[in-house]
Amino acid sequence: MGAIYRREIGAFFTSSIAYVFLSVFYIITGFFFFLVNLGNSSADLSFVCLTMFIISILLIPLLTMRLFSEEKKQRTEQGLLTAPVPLTSIVLGKYFAALTVYAIAASIMFLYGVMLSLFGTVAWLTLLSNFIALLFVGAAFIAVGLFISALTENQVVAAIGGVASLLAFLLVHFAASLVGNYASLGWLQSILNFLSFYSRYYEFTCGIFNLSSVLFFVSVAVLFNFFTVRVFEKRRWS
Amino acid sequence: MIEVRNLTKHYGDKKAVNDISFTVEDGEILGFLGPNGAGKSTTMNMLTGYISSTSGQVLINGTDILEDPIKAKACIGYLPEIPPLYLDMTVKSYLNFVFDLKKCKLPRRSHLRDVLKLCKIDDVENRLIKNLSKGYKQRVGLAQALIGNPPVLILDEPTVGLDPKQMVEIRTLIKKLGKNHTVILSSHILSEIQMVCDRVIIINHGVVAANDTATRLSEKVSTDHRIIVRMEGERVAILQAIRALDGIKYVRADMEREPGIWEYEIEAEPGRDIRRDINRLARENEWNILMLKTMEMTLEDIFLKITMGEHIELGKGAAK
Repeated sequence: MGAIYRREIGAFFTSSIAYVFLSVFYIITGFFFFLVNLGNSSADLSFVCLTMFIISILLIPLLTMRLFSEEKKQRTEQGLLTAPVPLTSIVLGKYFAALTVYAIAASIMFLYGVMLSLFGTVAWLTLLSNFIALLFVGAAFIAVGLFISALTENQVVAAIGGVASLLAFLLVHFAASLVGNYASLGWLQSILNFLSFYSRYYEFTCGIFNLSSVLFFVSVAVLFNFFTVRVFEKRRWS
Repeated sequence: MIEVRNLTKHYGDKKAVNDISFTVEDGEILGFLGPNGAGKSTTMNMLTGYISSTSGQVLINGTDILEDPIKAKACIGYLPEIPPLYLDMTVKSYLNFVFDLKKCKLPRRSHLRDVLKLCKIDDVENRLIKNLSKGYKQRVGLAQALIGNPPVLILDEPTVGLDPKQMVEIRTLIKKLGKNHTVILSSHILSEIQMVCDRVIIINHGVVAANDTATRLSEKVSTDHRIIVRMEGERVAILQAIRALDGIKYVRADMEREPGIWEYEIEAEPGRDIRRDINRLARENEWNILMLKTMEMTLEDIFLKITMGEHIELGKGAAK
């Protein structure tokens, strides 16, 4: 796992992907930080955290699109799959490499906190819980993106598929509120609410650290990494 | 040592590989020969655990590739048809990655140096792989297979894209490696197989068509009863005299090689050695024999015959 992790980290930073990802992430969140916090003299970072969640949906597929599709296209996966390493460590090596780059992006939040602390008091605990939540949401999103990358050999398809699936996770929230208009569909609403990444994440931005939500995000991550392993397992046996 | 037992692979209805069995002993170089789409690469992919078999068994040094893939794969160095190279890495960092991937226990620095030297890529170690020529890429591919010094080497067309000089070098290298490794090598180039391999397996339509040493294969199909003689003397008289011999099927002289000297192609009944008779004739008539050779078949001829579906008597244990 270590070898693959190190190679992927290297590949992120020798290609332009990590730089594009990080700079776009910083520019957009920085813009809202400037507008909402610095412009309005507010120490409440919840809105910035929310924008981080939204742009993660658009940017995380950029991180994951290449990871397996490129291997398939360049036929380098043959080298990995015939090496004496279990499939799980191949998948996890790539997974944690993407998660690392994502964590670097998300940790910009602490810089914003430091900047705000120059002007007033910052709720550091809320900020920390937001960071943790963002990390776990990202962990789930990356697992989904990685899974989609394993399904195709075209990076563009992997990217668009990734954005579409992550948007679907977001839309679950709006579907839930729509369904809420009909009393008879209450059961559906509670299922959709359970699956809603947005409302689970929203709690964190309000300063509520909900352990069951963390568990939910971790479960999604584990599930999709498991699916990715199955994709390779299946291909080998078909 | 590699043992393959009744290996079969189906893709849907299509049988890519059908009931192949063979063994490769330690220190043996096995050549894998067959036309495109015969199932060479499929077989190699099954041997290395890249794809599974529909049925049958592959044992690498006694370990089943499907039951304990990690242990079996650790014994194999594999160069696939398209070398698995990361184009955005330098040769050195790529080989370092492979070293880590294979969880190599050898001393890193000296082992990498040895492999770089062996494959003659030490002059490009700091260049990006994408900027290398095809021949260099192929050699980097070979280098990654050699990392960790695995006892079994499986090389899918290792000399593709190399220039003639490099080809000779790689062949010499493979031959050298074959002394203490078990090697399977596939190729289209028959002379290469003949030169490098101890034994040849010809595979066609997913089945083993022949399995023997290259020399024995050509001996078995070459024949004493078909010879070519270049003889000095009057053409018609010679033809008549040869025709008069016992058991001649046909004789032909359609090429005048040197002024007044014709080449005669003679076929006798199978199993009849007519070389002495020809000699006697020449002595009696004072014709000069300038050349006499049996029509030995090259591996090329055998290959063509087998893959064109012609039936050849290969004798016991050879044909399947």
